[in-house]
Amino acid sequence: MGKTIAEKIFETHQVDQPFSDVNVLRIDRVFCHEITTPTAIQDLVTRGKDRVFDPEKIKAVIDHVTPAKDSKTAMQGKILRDWAKRHNIKDFFDIGHNGVCHAIFPEKGFVQPGFTIIMGDSHTCTHGAFGAFAAGVGTTDLEVGILKGVCTFKTPQTYKIDIIGKLSQGVYAKDIILHVIKELTVNGATNMVIEFAGNVVDQMNMDQRMTLSNMAVEAGATSGICLPDMITVDYLWEFIKDDYSSRQEALEAFSKYKSDDDAVYANQKTIDVTTLEPLTTFGYKPDNVKPVSQMKGTKIDQVYIGSCTNGRLEDLRIAAKVLEGQTINENVRAIVSPATPKIFSQALEEGIIKTFMDAGFCVTNPTCGACLGMSNGVLANGEVAAATTNRNFNGRMGKGGMVHLMSPATAAASAIKGEISNSNLFVKGENR
Amino acid sequence: MKEFNGNVLFLNRSDINTDEIIPAKYLTEIKKAAMKPHLLEDLKLEGFDPKTDIKGKAVIITKDNFGCGSSREHAPWALEENNINVVLAPSFARIFRQNMFNCGMLAIELEKDNINTIFNLFENSETNIQVDIEASEIFIQSKDQTQNFKFQISEFDQTLIKTGGWVEYADKHY
Ligand code: SF4
Repeated sequence: MGKTIAEKIFETHQVDQPFSDVNVLRIDRVFCHEITTPTAIQDLVTRGKDRVFDPEKIKAVIDHVTPAKDSKTAMQGKILRDWAKRHNIKDFFDIGHNGVCHAIFPEKGFVQPGFTIIMGDSHTCTHGAFGAFAAGVGTTDLEVGILKGVCTFKTPQTYKIDIIGKLSQGVYAKDIILHVIKELTVNGATNMVIEFAGNVVDQMNMDQRMTLSNMAVEAGATSGICLPDMITVDYLWEFIKDDYSSRQEALEAFSKYKSDDDAVYANQKTIDVTTLEPLTTFGYKPDNVKPVSQMKGTKIDQVYIGSCTNGRLEDLRIAAKVLEGQTINENVRAIVSPATPKIFSQALEEGIIKTFMDAGFCVTNPTCGACLGMSNGVLANGEVAAATTNRNFNGRMGKGGMVHLMSPATAAASAIKGEISNSNLFVKGENR
Repeated sequence: MKEFNGNVLFLNRSDINTDEIIPAKYLTEIKKAAMKPHLLEDLKLEGFDPKTDIKGKAVIITKDNFGCGSSREHAPWALEENNINVVLAPSFARIFRQNMFNCGMLAIELEKDNINTIFNLFENSETNIQVDIEASEIFIQSKDQTQNFKFQISEFDQTLIKTGGWVEYADKHY
């Protein structure tokens, strides 16, 4: 009987099975940020267990609120900073070098096919785009990860989603994943790993695959995995070139994790995206999804382009294309937050930042900020946002605020219009 | 081991997320006790008022997919700080469920039909629950009804409850 990629990764990382269905896995990377890690650190200190299992395998960043906005967030940053120093955690990214965790860690080459990764953050599933098993965990699991380099998971069941067909012009990975969540519902993949396959995924670059994997948790999934291929190898090559004699050799090494043809799936679905239109959400759940064309006329107060879902270079390029030569509606405030310093400087070099500024956008430093209603663009009661983020929960961007999730192209077009609107890049039935 | 008995708070809605259980703006707090006054502050549920409805309750009974969304363990902590150590639902989001047991708290899955029966019989009366972990059974009582239901939690989850959580267990074993 064949195995899925998740089963193969579990097999190579299992250190114990203390009870049936409980797998204790060796963890290759423990990622940390300043919101969920300080409580773990403090608990370890209180227990007299202020240790780390391996400083090389722990990576940390201050990203949710940066620069600090008040004494409390300053203290959270300080606890993480002091801890990283005291345990010699070299890959710690502080102000000036920091970016949104799920964008900066892949960019630094910290994620590889076949890895197990945990973080105290539900969107850790993003890193599955590289063919890794990456899962969000709570503070206690994070604490044990830091201390012992292990974590428990139930034996994985996999939901395979084949994405086939040809996308219309102006329709993106974000629209696909919104459609997938609508089909599966918010708990359709609970306790399962989603495996994204099909010709559309095969052709995606890593930025697009990360957008896809990022929102797997919005359907309840533990991780969202894309199978490693040459596109994965090419992205990682500068980081792994000393480990392999050629790209081909790296690909062969990574391919041993690929799901077998006769792997057994708990569930399977094929989605043809050929007729897919740009989508957006309309309620307080990420499976409340409608075509943008049906939401026309929905007035907005704020546009937000950024986050671990859609704050990468390609996202900014697409939004800038829509904004080129345009100005945003006078009733709209628009904010763009490039997800990492590298993305920011590339966007500067390409003139994208200027396009945003000329259109009337506020450009912020790389941070989560407004995505979770912490800083840099919190909504007032009753306000409406068009955002490229991943959660539209009640109060997510500020108490009493409403968030509509969408692609960067749709968000940019909506900024110009002052209401939810399709971009001029979208041409129905026009394949790219 | 924690206290697993007491009065019931009924939350008749599915997909209650962790932002509703404890909003993100309180995640800058470093002390668990700071969560206490903010439990379920942003819950969208008609007729529910966190200011008056939480007090004196020790058990939550709710619908599908409780605790979806963010991984924040602040959600179980906010419950714990309000002396709520048990949640019953037809299903939970994975991370929330794991966080509950990791904290030595109970997230009990009961079949949908049973949960619906409980809502039908008890939702509108003052209701008390007792949980017998050894016997894997819950006893529900109001002034004119009693019911009991068997539940299942894994051996591992039982061990976590009894040993006081995953940190101690893991440090001893790995
Ligand atoms: S950008 Fe938003 S969803 Fe992503 S890690 Fe930051 S707060 Fe979480």
